[in-house]
Amino acid sequence: MSAEGAAPAPAAEAPWRRLSARMLLVHPVQEVVRAMPALFGLVVAGSGSGQGGRWALIGVALAIAAGTLRWFTTRYRVTPEQVQVRRGLLRRSLRAVSRDRVRTIDVSANPLLRALGLVRLTVGTGLAERGPRGGGVRLDGLDARDATGLRDALLHDRPRSATPGGLTAPEAVAAETELARLRPAWLAYAPFTLSGVLTIGAIGGFLLNAADDVHLDPRHLGVVDRAGDALGGVPLVLAIVVALLAVALLVAVCSTAGYALAFWGYRLTRNPGGTLHVTRGLLSTRATTIAERRLRGVELSEPLLLRWAGGARCDAIATGLGAGRGAERGTTLFPPGPRAAAAHVAEDVLRTAEPVTVALTPHGPRARLRRYSRAFAGSAVLVAAAGAGAIAGIWPDTVWEGALVTVPLAAALAADRARSLGHAVTTTALVARAGSLVRRRAMLSREGIIGITLRRSFFQRRAGLCTLTATTAAGRQAYAVADVPADEALRVCDAAVPGLLDVFRAG
Amino acid sequence: MILGPLTAPDVPAPDHREALDLRPPRNRVSARAVRYWTVRASAGWAVLGIAQAVWLVLASGGGAWHAIALVVTFVLAAAHVTVMPRWRYAVHRWETAPGAVYTQSGWFDQERRIAPVARIQTVDTERGPLEQLFGLANVTVTTASAAGALEIKGLDREVADRLVDELTAATQADAEDAT
Repeated sequence: MSAEGAAPAPAAEAPWRRLSARMLLVHPVQEVVRAMPALFGLVVAGSGSGQGGRWALIGVALAIAAGTLRWFTTRYRVTPEQVQVRRGLLRRSLRAVSRDRVRTIDVSANPLLRALGLVRLTVGTGLAERGPRGGGVRLDGLDARDATGLRDALLHDRPRSATPGGLTAPEAVAAETELARLRPAWLAYAPFTLSGVLTIGAIGGFLLNAADDVHLDPRHLGVVDRAGDALGGVPLVLAIVVALLAVALLVAVCSTAGYALAFWGYRLTRNPGGTLHVTRGLLSTRATTIAERRLRGVELSEPLLLRWAGGARCDAIATGLGAGRGAERGTTLFPPGPRAAAAHVAEDVLRTAEPVTVALTPHGPRARLRRYSRAFAGSAVLVAAAGAGAIAGIWPDTVWEGALVTVPLAAALAADRARSLGHAVTTTALVARAGSLVRRRAMLSREGIIGITLRRSFFQRRAGLCTLTATTAAGRQAYAVADVPADEALRVCDAAVPGLLDVFRAG
Repeated sequence: MILGPLTAPDVPAPDHREALDLRPPRNRVSARAVRYWTVRASAGWAVLGIAQAVWLVLASGGGAWHAIALVVTFVLAAAHVTVMPRWRYAVHRWETAPGAVYTQSGWFDQERRIAPVARIQTVDTERGPLEQLFGLANVTVTTASAAGALEIKGLDREVADRLVDELTAATQADAEDAT
């Protein structure tokens, strides 16, 4: 049995523990915030009778009571086999997660929690995070130090001696090696991530909605009006250029702010206990710990703009970590930054440079042709539709002339997509690269491959091509080597999973 | 594997292996599956056809266009219902070897899936009401990957039961962590 280094020290009879008492300050606030729409409704509904204020006060009191109750009814304990969490007053629930199922631990804290020295700890298991049984357990509101101890106890295989005083064993902390750390200069890559587009979209959508609710026409707003007047005097082309520049600037600013919020203080370390540790965040912090024996590879991704800027990001392919999106995903090993540094992190994490540096085998002329035919098919549909519209007299000629612009764009896209295609099998990994708008180089551990799919569509069969997909329990669950010649697919399969196909061979 | 030591050492064997193609799996699914697929596809087309017929009767103007649409639907349906089930029967195949399960499915687009027995997590059979009528069953073999399930559709019921027993036994013999 592994002795716990930190505060929750279960002996033979593990005691039930409460969340941090400081959560008594947080839960009520959270409940009130969550109940805000209902409270607002009460005020409005009660305003007719002049009792709105009183009803709202009762509502606030109820929310505070519910928040307080939450602390009194939540308990957890760590037994030698399980992590157990007990919840509820009337509807009691006990959730137990087997300790050998623990894949990842996510420790996050929003500014409110941070001010009180608290964190939220989520235990991730290999099970998908959906369905009634859900993935793991979440402990909302532990003392930061308790959480660190709990994390070490749950993930580090090596049993550590409990230190007197119940603090984290210092030797383990000292032995952590740092693999990467954010350099402020990397903020320059932020505008190329375009994450600001989403932010602006969300804010813009919200504002338009709000304006619509109060029957406000944005055209009558002073700022918009004046901007319109100022641009009204200049030629249309210039006006468009100015507007585009303004949008680009706004996106760049928002992207940079978002980058700083998500990745400030980023640090990647390796603990000799067999875990990788990613810390990041400016206001809300997040620390993800990944057990290395659950790591099935890494993925380098280069969105088009970031690629032009010479940047890349790096994500973990691990069981228990799905492939999320944006800053929310817990798989980040390296934020958008210099490509060389991202590649270096990938090498360090994999403990071998081969998958990152190996020359990839291109997929050949027929795969290239398929990229072009697919891209042109899309653009042909657009042109045909626009042309039909012009003939029918629905749309002006500028529409189909504009649609013609997509033809060279499609050609450029196809050329880039064809260039991206490549694969290799190294002593440890299956490497597959594809994509243009987001180019991804997946380096999947060969041991992590738990099945092979060979897909041939009607047109692929005519071209003698085949898409090989390696399925795995980690990350995206399936990694494809697209449009390879059929014999090459078999060769890749043999090299990646030796012997699997032998009995199914002809002759 | 067994032939390894017998090959002469100067034969550059590995480089010529790609000449050996992957053969399709050995076993076909039940022949009754053809009828089942025909009935199922016909039912789908019938819904569309009836909807169009009703439309033709109810709509007063543009009757010619409605009639043409109905004829087109009928031709497409006839082609699909005659070609698809036979094509699919020719493609759908399965095989189990001591170390792996191998399936082939699809018709217009085709797919071959191979999973090592050591990585199998669950083996299920499932029968819809229409399939029960034809004495058919589907077998689903799942692995720890959400994208890795192998499905064998249109098996004879007894064959499906036997296959599940066999695979379950093989999986239990191999009790390692399959992720």
